[in-house]
Amino acid sequence: MVMLVLPLTVVLIFSFGERGASGGYVPAFTLEQYANLPARWTAFKNTMVLAPIGTISSLLIAYPLAYFLAVRADPKWKTVLLVLVIVPFWTSILIRSYAWIFLLGGRGVPAFIDWIGFGSVRLINTPFAVLVGIVYGYLPLMVFPIFVSLDRLDKRLLEASSDLGATPTRTFVQITLPLCVPGIATGCLLVFILLMGEFLIPALLGGGKVFFVGNALVDLFLQSRNWAFGSAVAATLVFIMLISVTIYMRLISRLGTRREDVSLM
Amino acid sequence: MADGEYTAHQESPVKTPIAELRGVSKRFGSVLAANNLNLEISEGEFLSFLGPSGCGKTTALRLLAGFESPTEGDVLLDGEVVNSLDAHLRPVNMVFQHYALFPHLTVAQNIGYGLKQRRPRVPKAIIAQKVEQALEIVRLEGFGERRIWEMSGGQQQRVALARATVNEPKLLLLDEPLAALDRKLRKEMQIELQNIQRRLGITFVLVTHDQEEALSMSDRICIMRDGQIEQVGSPQELYDRPANRYVASFVGTTNFFDGTITGVDGDRACILIENGQTVTGWNASGYSTNDPVSLCVRPEQIHLSHNNGSGEALAVLVLNRIFQGEQTEYLVRHDTFGEFLVLAPRQSELNEGPFNVDEWLFASWDASGALILSRNQSN
Repeated sequence: MVMLVLPLTVVLIFSFGERGASGGYVPAFTLEQYANLPARWTAFKNTMVLAPIGTISSLLIAYPLAYFLAVRADPKWKTVLLVLVIVPFWTSILIRSYAWIFLLGGRGVPAFIDWIGFGSVRLINTPFAVLVGIVYGYLPLMVFPIFVSLDRLDKRLLEASSDLGATPTRTFVQITLPLCVPGIATGCLLVFILLMGEFLIPALLGGGKVFFVGNALVDLFLQSRNWAFGSAVAATLVFIMLISVTIYMRLISRLGTRREDVSLM
Repeated sequence: MADGEYTAHQESPVKTPIAELRGVSKRFGSVLAANNLNLEISEGEFLSFLGPSGCGKTTALRLLAGFESPTEGDVLLDGEVVNSLDAHLRPVNMVFQHYALFPHLTVAQNIGYGLKQRRPRVPKAIIAQKVEQALEIVRLEGFGERRIWEMSGGQQQRVALARATVNEPKLLLLDEPLAALDRKLRKEMQIELQNIQRRLGITFVLVTHDQEEALSMSDRICIMRDGQIEQVGSPQELYDRPANRYVASFVGTTNFFDGTITGVDGDRACILIENGQTVTGWNASGYSTNDPVSLCVRPEQIHLSHNNGSGEALAVLVLNRIFQGEQTEYLVRHDTFGEFLVLAPRQSELNEGPFNVDEWLFASWDASGALILSRNQSN
């Protein structure tokens, strides 16, 4: 517990301090750093727009994938396919992102789109490129919890639903989907929290044009050595995350109870 | 024991059977789970599939439910072939072995699930009313808003039953419904299942490996082995007139004595038991002289006495005695017949005085209670 709280406390204390003449930190008590926050508004905006969109996009791609792996795939191949989902994790995200830089860069996909006659598009260094990178990088984290919840789902419940006259679609909506809400919730939470702190993918695929709070922090701590302001930005990010996660948890548990009220209908 | 009672039970039914299996086989890879099943199920009856695990009884049930389609042959419901009709389109409901209740729904929502799937839609009020009635039938009034995990095993069993019966299916399939309950609860539920079946008039098809359960509840029992039907008949028929040694040993306890037929006289035949003693048995299947056969004598058909009344009784030594209250079980040994079981009513000991261990007694039975069966296991 101390291990968890201590660094956060340090950040909080720093955020009320001042920047030393040659960088670093000078003890003080001032709200000056927080007053300067609007200077980093773009980073906050990008993070708070792309993190939720990235989470939802991952979910939309991960769910069918997890469903296929857990329900449809031949049990013999299940393990192999699962390993294939993790394999990308074995190489650093840095290297994989460079692959995307090539793919989305001038000689990659855009060249192909131009060649088939849809005109020239620019993909690299756009929010779209960052989104692609995010979804790609975080997909396994989303697939796994959903896979587990679907895999654990008692297949007899699906038979029972069918036996009671529900079509396959209605069985999916009324039984499968509600019973894997915990998996979906876990996956979304994991991906969302990690996305809020992401800096590598925006740096590489956003080319400095699409930067996240994470990039701002790297800048402030490592380049401008403005520890006090950096701490204020970090503290604000933690605060935003706390609030959004709380709201999210509330929503999920509300969804849980309301779904049951509705389902008798 | 008139012979007429035992002639084939399947008289031509007046109505079309509610369900029928016609030469149905089901193959899973190299395993033949059901092998040429032929069975008619008539409306309103309580039929059980009885057999050890892996005998194909569950496959038979799943073929009726629509979870499997036959590799060969036809499954008929109400006179119509439904081989490839999906489970959700069949007017058949199932009580699953571990109930398969929906954990995210309340008891009432579980029971109303089937009605909710109907198209055109069933009005909410009607669903609520029927759910209420179903709860009442299974004696769970007021439990509608409970969650599934708040219910005990016995209560979950009732919810599963209500969830299936509320749809008024043509056929109610029960897959080992009582297996997970403790002995006392199982007894209670057996009686309750029978009551519910009579009250609702729904045709019940039960799968069980528990012979006592099948004997006590069913109108007819279908005994299965290795994917095949061995015999179909009422509990009494199966008990008194088993078709083969397998059925005889599966239903109740039986003594078998191997021997060879030495002479036939009407429906009686003389058998020379190995090592040389001759007895008379009931030759219902019409074996002829020199056929190797087994004599099947139920323990309660054997009479013990201190004296050799007819002069033909066997001298036996009592090896063991288990007092069971209204009856006593004896293990006895005869020089030729070997060891066998005798079940004597309390009254015979009261009349004759006690039969003690290590005492020599006389055992005898009526030829009509000693059925002659083929010696090998099947037929």
